[in-house]
Amino acid sequence: MSERDVVITGIGLVSCLGEGPEAHWRALSDEAAAPAVDTERFAPYCVHPLPAIDWNLQIPKRGDQRQMETWQRLGTYAAGLALDDAGLKTDEALCASMDMVVAAGGGERDEAVDAQILEASAARNDREVLLNEKLTTDLRPTLFLAQLSNLLAGNISIVHKVTGSSRTFMGEEGAGIAAVETAVARIRSGQSNHMLVGGAFNAEHADMLLGYELGGFLHRGAWKPVWQRAGAEGGGLVAGSGGAFLVLESRGHAEARGRKPYAKIEKVSSSRVRRSREDLTAGIADLLKRLDAPADTTLALSGASGAHAATAAEKAAIDALSDVALRGFGTRTGHLKEAQFPFAVALAALAVHNGAAYPAFDRAAEKPFSGAAGRALATTVGYHIFEGAALIAPAD
Amino acid sequence: MTKTTDHLGRPLVAVTGIGVVTSLGVGKKDNWQALTSGQSGIHRITRFPTDHLKTQIAGTVDFLASSDKGASPLTFELADTAATEAVSQSGLSLDDFGGPLFLASPPVELDWKDRMALYHDGKGASAAARIAEAAGTLKSLDIFETTQFGAIADRLSDKFGARGLPITLSTACASGATAIQLGVEAIRRGESDRALSIGADGSATAEALIRFSLLSALSMQNEVPEKASKPFSKDRDGFVLAEGSAALVLESLESALARGAKVLGILAGCGERADDFHRTRSKPDGSPAIAAVRAALADSGLGEDGIGYVNAHGTSTPENDKMEHLSLSTVFGERMKKIPISSNKSMIGHTLSAAGAIEAAFSLMTMLEGVIPPTINYDHPDPAIDLDVVPNRKRSADVSTVLSNSFGFGGQNTCLVMAREPV
Repeated sequence: MSERDVVITGIGLVSCLGEGPEAHWRALSDEAAAPAVDTERFAPYCVHPLPAIDWNLQIPKRGDQRQMETWQRLGTYAAGLALDDAGLKTDEALCASMDMVVAAGGGERDEAVDAQILEASAARNDREVLLNEKLTTDLRPTLFLAQLSNLLAGNISIVHKVTGSSRTFMGEEGAGIAAVETAVARIRSGQSNHMLVGGAFNAEHADMLLGYELGGFLHRGAWKPVWQRAGAEGGGLVAGSGGAFLVLESRGHAEARGRKPYAKIEKVSSSRVRRSREDLTAGIADLLKRLDAPADTTLALSGASGAHAATAAEKAAIDALSDVALRGFGTRTGHLKEAQFPFAVALAALAVHNGAAYPAFDRAAEKPFSGAAGRALATTVGYHIFEGAALIAPAD
Repeated sequence: MTKTTDHLGRPLVAVTGIGVVTSLGVGKKDNWQALTSGQSGIHRITRFPTDHLKTQIAGTVDFLASSDKGASPLTFELADTAATEAVSQSGLSLDDFGGPLFLASPPVELDWKDRMALYHDGKGASAAARIAEAAGTLKSLDIFETTQFGAIADRLSDKFGARGLPITLSTACASGATAIQLGVEAIRRGESDRALSIGADGSATAEALIRFSLLSALSMQNEVPEKASKPFSKDRDGFVLAEGSAALVLESLESALARGAKVLGILAGCGERADDFHRTRSKPDGSPAIAAVRAALADSGLGEDGIGYVNAHGTSTPENDKMEHLSLSTVFGERMKKIPISSNKSMIGHTLSAAGAIEAAFSLMTMLEGVIPPTINYDHPDPAIDLDVVPNRKRSADVSTVLSNSFGFGGQNTCLVMAREPV
């Protein structure tokens, strides 16, 4: 045990399962629950939609809410939940000295304006001039900021007064992996004492789905659990709306203010397997090996997306760890992109904290395990690039 | 024996390679020649039609192979070109760099040309459905890659043999400085003895211009493009959108000396502070920018008397230049009137995600060459801003320490302190 151990003292979660750590623990412990999936609105794709949210609870000013597109609002909301959970929401001094790393996407465009331009373009040869004409008159001036990547962090500063520092990482799942890894490294080395780290993703937007579909990654047709999409129509990925933020502190910092942590982040590892030339399963196996997980590691919270190649490789690598029960939470929440890894870490921390495992999310593919959780792995293998894993242990 | 740790016992971080591209040209030599001659890279836009646009000038990089290929390919080529120059100068391997990569780059979206092509190829009831349908039939990942925020850093990692998962970041107009800060921190933690930090921005599209224009951030002085960017002048009316890139090879001083590399400068300190006041405006008392400057000074171990030159953020917007003056005067007091400060943006415009990295590169060259690049277009000084802006002509000066400021939308404030010799 060390003063510089990195512990999790606050968890803010939103997904189709609800909001907050307790709601997620309850929902995920219910083996019989039907998936919360919308199969109509974005057909032929399914999405896991947002639950009903009262934004006022974390973003009291309507004016602030209006300045954000959905993913920014969602992230700001989830960040507020995490700060609340850590008992920091009303601690001005600790928020003002808190460092922040946000994993962000962006680009929630105005679909109506785009559609008008595209429709008009059929009758025009001067499409570039058309673009100038329409964008200068039809774009809402503040939309740029509402969809801009670093403005999720900007809004967290404005709404929750987190101002120690603000950094935004981009790059799909890899952004979330790097955000957690960097935050942990900074706390462990003494470069920071307490940090807010996480991300959010709104799947219910045509441009966000398009980001996957340009690479042919989206699953089509009837919904299936994440491990059972190989061979089905489409690319296997089902997106979900959600967000995950964590408050991380040095053990010394948490103890000094009398907070009991959920769990400790023992190690984080990340990689960039060159998938066109290297074997991904071997790469993931190496990533997991670098965590030096001891024998009491019984559970793996996998953020597998369903994307065929990445998901098959991850399953093979984790199944090779014979004492570890695999749980692919994407079956229940969908793929949360930048927020996927922070979400995986949060769920692993909840299992370790509760000393219990989640039931199988897909009984056909995941083995039953009802023993004590001990330590847990959190993994995220990018649908296209980048991989990450963490080892989560009891706080003491 | 040279001391290789700083005032806090951390490894000192040296710069052993610098690469730069701006609208003034490719490479340090051409850029420095133009910059110290007071030459402007701002010109009328030819990349796209400017009908209906209030701003028709920019500092676009029009001379690369990808200049007309879209934001994502151009940003990659800019980053690649600067990194090649920097790594070559450092003497490290061009395909087996062996350290982490940090890339500051703009959030890019599907190019309008591709969006329109997909719409016209696709079938479906709505515009979105038509595009999605056509997307599902694409036979290559080329368009997909242009929309993935991690793709440019992934390709750069592959090419240069960087280690591990590369980090792509955005802190708006402070991004380039943040990329350098992340590299410094990784070396100080002992995770690596080297890092490659790059800022690159090739995103001057019509839509980007319109977005900034709608926020009233851009200069509309189109008549004489090279005169539009006039930081600290009374008649400044906004920044000029521009493109460019810079790369720094950062290395622990110990490792640089051990392999006999030429040390070009020291990255002595980094400081940051977020602003919670407004999405585009700074807190009226300037306290976040003041705190960022002070944090950088404290991190470097240099006091307020230790800074010999300030490389300003100096965007030429009414708000920034006023607030930057307020912040610096608060930190340095009366002495600020005597510290030379100049804005590279008067010549190269605002290179957004790349600005912090480009201006760090020019700060290091200022110390190496003993020449301060001027603030051009300083014909009508703003009487409320009493600064020695090195007006219109370069100045020979023995500069041993520099403060470089970067401030951005979303409350981003990041400052770097650089030194010629270990401090």
